[in-house]
Amino acid sequence: MNLILATGFLVSRCEGSRVTLADYLPIGMMLVFGIGFATVIMWLSWRIAPNNPTPEKLAPYECGIVPLQEPVQRFPVKFYIVAMLFVIFDVELVFLFAWAVRFESFGWAGIGAMGIFVILLLETLVYVWKRGALDWNVARRGRNRRIVVDSLEDAA
Amino acid sequence: MTGWEIFLTAAIKTVAAFAFLLTLTIILVWFERKTVADLQNRIGPNRAGPWGLLQTVADGAKLLFKESVTPRKVEFGLYIAAPVAALVPALLIFLVVPIGRPFHIGDRLIDLSGTDLNIGLLYILALSSLAVYAVVLAGWSSGSKYPLLGAVRASAQMISYEAAMGLALVPLILFTGTTSLKQIVEIQGGSFGDTFLPAWNVVLIPSFLIFFIAGIAETNRAPFDLVEAESEIVGGYHTEYSGFRFAMFFLAEYINIFNIAAITVTLFLGGWHGPTFGLGAPFDWVLPIFWFLAKSMALVFVFVWVRATLPRMRYDQLMSFGWKRLIPVSLLWIALSTLAIGVRRMGLPWT
Repeated sequence: MNLILATGFLVSRCEGSRVTLADYLPIGMMLVFGIGFATVIMWLSWRIAPNNPTPEKLAPYECGIVPLQEPVQRFPVKFYIVAMLFVIFDVELVFLFAWAVRFESFGWAGIGAMGIFVILLLETLVYVWKRGALDWNVARRGRNRRIVVDSLEDAA
Repeated sequence: MTGWEIFLTAAIKTVAAFAFLLTLTIILVWFERKTVADLQNRIGPNRAGPWGLLQTVADGAKLLFKESVTPRKVEFGLYIAAPVAALVPALLIFLVVPIGRPFHIGDRLIDLSGTDLNIGLLYILALSSLAVYAVVLAGWSSGSKYPLLGAVRASAQMISYEAAMGLALVPLILFTGTTSLKQIVEIQGGSFGDTFLPAWNVVLIPSFLIFFIAGIAETNRAPFDLVEAESEIVGGYHTEYSGFRFAMFFLAEYINIFNIAAITVTLFLGGWHGPTFGLGAPFDWVLPIFWFLAKSMALVFVFVWVRATLPRMRYDQLMSFGWKRLIPVSLLWIALSTLAIGVRRMGLPWT
């Protein structure tokens, strides 16, 4: 009942604009519905499924043998670089979207400004590309090969 | 409309969308298994129900009765939240997709979509980013090697292809001037000039291709399924999940496949538009739903076909394909299409 009253309140508050907060109501409902469905079915599964834990069964998965090591906590720095690059492009996207919806009212000046913006970002991409931030494996493989060659030369 | 009516409409739409998606998943899983079986010269599921149609129901029921093992090292709160976090965005995305022509009940016009947001495309991109959280949470909270590796791979892959996906949508917004999915579909009605060709946005071919490829990568499907590459990292992020917790990841994956197919159809392939052959009352809104489903299932078939045909990529190939091919190409395509659309709408800059 409170929900319904709230809906009516939202509609009366937002009357006049094309999209009202009431348009988000199905999203809220689906959120509740989805979480509710998941909770109920996991509870049901917990109630009706057997539960016979053994120490081996509860061990972290390791292809059937006893795990000897903890999972690694450190990762190649490349993953972080990719995450940072993604942020750059995602922010670019936000500006592009906002401009694209109304690009006619900005005219050619807007297109020129966006062109400069995109070229600057393209330059970023070219820079990180040339620096090798987008290469996986290759750099390390090259390093190993040099070490091998050096040691061979030392031996000779 | 009064508060009651709005509430009721929203409730009916939500329940209908939810029921639709769950039923669809049952059919999709069966469809994929059957199609892959055909492509690999096998028979596929054929025991449960006619043509094995009830196989998914049987599998679901089996998983419900299976033990949900909770390994010793998990962070229980996040571990249990991850499947929910995978399922909920998948359910939410579908709400903005219009599945048919709006129809009248009395004097009211009811849209055949959960809701019509004027920020529809942003909403889709935002929620598909949220799907990354489910994968990362599942991988990290499992406290085990393979899930962690799978999760780190997945997050890098999904954010990489998300950038390409968003960039591919910019020409579409330039072309249609809106991010509301309802309006994008309406614009695609009719045909080009006097020809019989439908006025679909698929004329933006590079956008369509980049979006669809990035969509396959976003849903972690073959050939981009390194997230759960069995030969390298066992089950990937859901290695430690069993029982119905695993089933929820499975459910989310198939709903996401349909979402990508449905969104691609809506944005580029005319949504629910299709010939109605001048038929009367019930057909003018039943046929659009049929066309929408037919086009979406055709794209789902492409998903399965790609899976059956292409081998899995290597991780460095995956990342360089995303960053060195898709993103530069989509930036170039943005520049080209901006110039073309600009000249068409506003004339040359020096006139």
